[in-house]
Amino acid sequence: MSLVNTAPEMALTGRIDDLLNWTRKSSLWYMLFGLACCAIEMMQTGGPRADLERFGMAPRATPRVSDVLIVSGTLTLKMALRTRLLYDQMPEPRYVVSMGSCANCGGLFQLAYSVCDGVDKVIPVDVYVPGCPPRPEALTEGLVKLQQKIQQERWLVRKTEPVGVRA
Amino acid sequence: MDPAAIYTRVRERFGDAIGELTGSGRTAGCTVAPARVAEVAAWLRHEPGLAFDCLSTLAGVDYPKRNVIQVVYVLYSYRARHWFTLRVDAPRDDPRVASVSGVWSAAEWHEREVFDLLGVHFDGHPDLRRLLMPEDWPGHPLRKDFVEPEEYHGIRTSRESLLKA
Repeated sequence: MSLVNTAPEMALTGRIDDLLNWTRKSSLWYMLFGLACCAIEMMQTGGPRADLERFGMAPRATPRVSDVLIVSGTLTLKMALRTRLLYDQMPEPRYVVSMGSCANCGGLFQLAYSVCDGVDKVIPVDVYVPGCPPRPEALTEGLVKLQQKIQQERWLVRKTEPVGVRA
Repeated sequence: MDPAAIYTRVRERFGDAIGELTGSGRTAGCTVAPARVAEVAAWLRHEPGLAFDCLSTLAGVDYPKRNVIQVVYVLYSYRARHWFTLRVDAPRDDPRVASVSGVWSAAEWHEREVFDLLGVHFDGHPDLRRLLMPEDWPGHPLRKDFVEPEEYHGIRTSRESLLKA
């Protein structure tokens, strides 16, 4: 039986949620999903200078063990359906960072016949990082914003009225 | 060898399959009948003195007024250091051109691209699939009369501007 979304708001449950979120946000594994030139900046962000590993982030080669999908680059229509497939394979809770103008809205290639105008047309996006391409500092800030978002989430505490028989 | 001299040799060999000499510089060349381009290409590649060992580019152009889709082959010879261009006019409603992928294997993806974007069928191509667009995409986007579909598998293909007009 899952304890998610069951407990009332109390000091104890709130603290447990904080602890859970702290552990989750401190070990975000991101999927390597470089689609275009933004991928070069994403690699730089994982490199020694920007150093994502200080946040406990590690690149993964498969969606099935990833927490974050960093969509870095131009999303073509051909890739859009594959992106949805990859997203569906990620275990929940999962997050999506849209990196760069192309992933945000199609960018420079918005009117092109082969380009999907933004990854948010295919999958829900948590953080948009503007730039063409964004510098490693920008992507780092986007990921810190994502960490803040994760820290504010509530798992144990009941957010809504329970649905169905679980009550 | 200058383009005029190359043209004379090609014309001598293939006669009526070859059109007039047009263009200048690197794009100086002639038109070729669609069905015979593979034959002409093989000859150009292996003929001593011509030795076009490099297919520099292969592209397609849509000419709706002439009702023609033109495939352009820009050839270069590293050995003889000269350029020549072949142009093939195929009818727009059913463009069929002989594939030169057996002559230069570089042509394989170029022909796939032209097939994808302009709908030219290359007879004798080993693997003629779409290259850039999704497999189930309707139509060929570089044709002048192409109309982009509103949606593709539930993804809208346009985006409203955030800027106020």
